[in-house]
Amino acid sequence: MRKSDEPIIEFKNFTFQYKSQSEPSLFDINLRIYPGEKILIAGPSGSGKSTLSNCINALIPQAYEGTITGTLTVDGKNPAKEGIFGMSKSVGTVLQDTDGQFIGLTVGEDLAFALENDAVEQDEMKRRVAEVADVVDVQKLLDHAPNELSGGQKQRVSLGGVLVDNVRILLFDEPLANLDPATGKKTIALIDDIMKVKDVTVVIIEHRVEDVLYRDVDRIIVVNEGRIAADMKPDDLLAGNILNEQGIREPLYVTAVKYAGCTIDPKDKPQHIETMNIAPYREKLRAWFEKAPAPDRTNNNPPVLEIKDLKFSYTPDEPTLRGISLTLRKGEMVSLVGRNGAGKSTLAALICGFLKPDSGTILLDGEDISPLSIKERGEKIGFVMQSPNQMISKPMIIDEVGLGLSVRGFPAEEVRKRSEDVLRICGLYPMRNWPVSALSFGQKKRVTIASILVMNPELIILDEPTAGQDFRHYREIMEFLRDINRKTGVTILMITHDMHLMLEYTDRAIVITNGQLICDDTPARVLTNDAIVDEADLKRTSLHDLAVKCGIEEPSEFVDRFIEYERSKFAKEGRSSE
Amino acid sequence: MKLLTYTKQDTFVHHLSGVTKLFFFLLWCVVSGLTYDTRVLAVMIAVSMWVIWDSRAKWEQFAGIAKLMAFFMIINVVCIFFFSPYIGCEIYNSRTDLLHLFGNYTITAEQLFYSLNVMMKYFTIVPSAFAFMVSTDPSEFAASMNGVGIKYTAAYSVSIALRYIPNVQSDYRRIKNAQEARGIEMSGKAKPIERLKRTSSIIFPMLFSSMDRIDVVSNAMQLRGFGKKKKRTWYAGVPLSRADKTVIVLCIAFSAAALWLTFYDGNRFYNPFQ
Repeated sequence: MRKSDEPIIEFKNFTFQYKSQSEPSLFDINLRIYPGEKILIAGPSGSGKSTLSNCINALIPQAYEGTITGTLTVDGKNPAKEGIFGMSKSVGTVLQDTDGQFIGLTVGEDLAFALENDAVEQDEMKRRVAEVADVVDVQKLLDHAPNELSGGQKQRVSLGGVLVDNVRILLFDEPLANLDPATGKKTIALIDDIMKVKDVTVVIIEHRVEDVLYRDVDRIIVVNEGRIAADMKPDDLLAGNILNEQGIREPLYVTAVKYAGCTIDPKDKPQHIETMNIAPYREKLRAWFEKAPAPDRTNNNPPVLEIKDLKFSYTPDEPTLRGISLTLRKGEMVSLVGRNGAGKSTLAALICGFLKPDSGTILLDGEDISPLSIKERGEKIGFVMQSPNQMISKPMIIDEVGLGLSVRGFPAEEVRKRSEDVLRICGLYPMRNWPVSALSFGQKKRVTIASILVMNPELIILDEPTAGQDFRHYREIMEFLRDINRKTGVTILMITHDMHLMLEYTDRAIVITNGQLICDDTPARVLTNDAIVDEADLKRTSLHDLAVKCGIEEPSEFVDRFIEYERSKFAKEGRSSE
Repeated sequence: MKLLTYTKQDTFVHHLSGVTKLFFFLLWCVVSGLTYDTRVLAVMIAVSMWVIWDSRAKWEQFAGIAKLMAFFMIINVVCIFFFSPYIGCEIYNSRTDLLHLFGNYTITAEQLFYSLNVMMKYFTIVPSAFAFMVSTDPSEFAASMNGVGIKYTAAYSVSIALRYIPNVQSDYRRIKNAQEARGIEMSGKAKPIERLKRTSSIIFPMLFSSMDRIDVVSNAMQLRGFGKKKKRTWYAGVPLSRADKTVIVLCIAFSAAALWLTFYDGNRFYNPFQ
C-alpha cells in the first residue's frame, strides 16, 4: 500500500541504449513507484523489463555499459553515480537463478554474505543472520549446503540474503522461473508476508501474471519494445485487452470469460478468481460451455514405449523410483510432472540409458532395450536438454544438425540431405549456413530439436522445453513441437513444471510423487483433482474454480473444452500468419 | 562419492584451524624436501599416518589419486636406478652387492636404502595432504588465510571454486550423457584421436554453460557488495585455539630439531653403512 507522496523510484524521460546496440532498449520512460507499493512489471522477452530492473540496481551502467539520458532517482540516489555497491544498501535483488545466487557454502554463510562484505563484526553478524533466518523460515537449515536444499528453500535463502541488509526496495527478477507451481505459490505468499513485517517496496519482474496475482499487487506495469504500454490497477488491466495485445498470457479464467463473449467490468474485481463477481457472466459462460465441442483425447495407436515395474535407487535403501509402470502410444504428446526431486529426471535418464535400473523392464516397440548402449538407444530415443547451450558444439547450424549422423559414419551426401530435410521441417532451412551464435534462444532450441530429429527417433524426451521463456516464445516452441509431432508422428514426452504447457499441449499427464506414479490421466482431469494437485505440488487451474462458480457440474469437461477451443483458435492463427 | 572434499566430522584434526593445518603441511613439505635422514622421515610418516587416521578420511575418497601417486613413485625409483644405479653407493660411501642383473646394473644395499628414503618422502607428505583436504572447511580456511594477511579476494576464490565444483561435475555428467546419446562416444570403444576430437563436443557446451554461470555469480556477488571494502569479516572464521597454538609451536620445534639432526654432521643423509 502506498504510504507517501514522495516516490521511492522515479524515472523521468529516461532513455537507455546498450553500448553494443544501435537502438535504445528503453525509450523515454516516465514511471513513479511509491514507498510500500507492490508493483508487477510484465512484458515479453526483449521488451526491456529486465533492462528496467538492471537500471534500478545499477547493474546498468556498471556491469552492462551504455548511454543514459533523462534521470532516474532510487531512494534519493542516482544509481549510475552510486554504482552497484552504493545501491546495494537500498535495493536487494533476488535473481532468477537461485542456484547461481547461492554463493556461500552453507545457508548461514550465504545469509551473512552481504554483512561479511560490509565488515560487520562476527557476533553482530550471527545475531542478524539468526534474525533474518527467522523471517524467511530457514532457522533449521543454517548448516546445510546448497545441494541439500529444495528449489523453494534456495529461494528463501536468496531472499534472506538480501533482506539481511535492511534494504528498502526488493527487486525480484522472474522469481517463478525455476520453481514448481506449488513452490511458486508459496514464494508469492512469502513476499506478501515479508511486506507485512518489513517496511519494503516490492518490484516483481515476471510474465506469469496469473501466478503473481495469487496475492494482491497495487499496479501492473506492462512494458513492450522499450516503452511503457500500460500502468494500471490489476482490475482495470484485466478488464481490457492489453495483456493479449502485448503477448503476455492473461489469467486463464479471464480469457475464458472473454471467449464466452463477455466484456469484463473492473468493478467485478477480476484480480482473483476467488473474489471475482461472476454473476454477470454466468449465463453466457454456461451457454458457451454447452455449445463448445467436446474433444476426444483417446489414442488407440500401438504402444511405442512400455515400462514395467521400474525400480531405481542412487543409495541403497533410499529408492528414487519405487516401481513405475506406464505405456506411451505412438504419436502421443505426454507430460511428465511432479515436484522437484520426485524422480522425473531419473525416469528420463533410465529410459535413455544414462542410468541402469535396479529392476524392471523397458520395452521399445515390444523389444527389451536393456542390452543397448546409450549411443544405440540414442538412435531411437532422443533427449533434448533444458538449455541449448548445453548441447550445441558446432559453429555452423547445418553441421550441428548433422552431427549425430556424421559420427555414425553416414556418407556426407546423405548427412547433408537428411539435415536439409529436417531443417526444412523445423523452419531453419534459410538459416542453414548461419553461425549458431547468430540465433535467438528459441531458434537455438529448434536447432537442438532438429539435431535430434535428424536421427529419426521414435520418441523424443524434452527436459523443461520452455523454461525461462515468455508466452510468445513458449507458444512458438510448443507450436513447433506440435507441428513436428503431426508431420512426423514422433512420440513426445516432456518433463515440465508448466501447468499451461501440460494443459494446452499434451493429451496425457503422468504424475510422479516420491518415486511413484500416482496418476495417469488427461491434464484437465489431473488439474481439477485436488488430491493429486496437493500430493504432487501442482496448481489447480483457475478454470476449475471458474467452472465451479458458474455451477458447471463437470469442471474438468469445462477445462477440456476451453483447451480445445484455444487449440483450434491458435491453429487458425498459425495458418493465417504463415 | 565425495572425492577429496570436505566432510564435517568431530575429530582433533577437523577442529584445528585451516591456517594451522596449512602451516603444518608447508613445514612438512620443507623438512621432507631437505632431509634424507631416515629417522626424521620415519617420525614424520608416523605423524602423517596418525593425522590421516584421525581425520577419518575413507580409502575410497582418495584411492584414485593415491594409486596415481604410487605409480609416479615407482617410476621415480626405477628411473633413478636406471640412470644412476650406484648413486646410493656414492652417497653412503660404501658398496654391498646383492644381485647382479645385467651389464653394469647390480642391485646394491645402498641403492635400495636410498630408494627407500625417496619413497619415504612421498609417504610423509601425501597422506597429510589428503587429510588436509578432507578435514578443512573451505570457508573457514578462506577466513583464516585472510586472517594471516592474504588478500580476501584471493582467499575467497578458493572457497567459491569449491562451492561450484559439484555444479560443474553434474553439468559435465549431463552434457556427456546427452552427447553420447547423439552418438558421440566417449568410452574406450572410440579411437584415441577420435576421442580427442570428440571432447570438443563436451568442452564447448561446458564452456558456454560455465560462462553463463560466471556471469550470474559475479553479478550476484557484486549486488551484495563483494569487493566494496578493503576489509571483510567472516561468518565462518574461527580464532586460533590453544590447540592450534600448541600444534604450531610443536611443529616449529620439531622442524628445528629435525633440521639440526639432518645437518649437524654436514651431511643430509643418515648413513647406517658406516
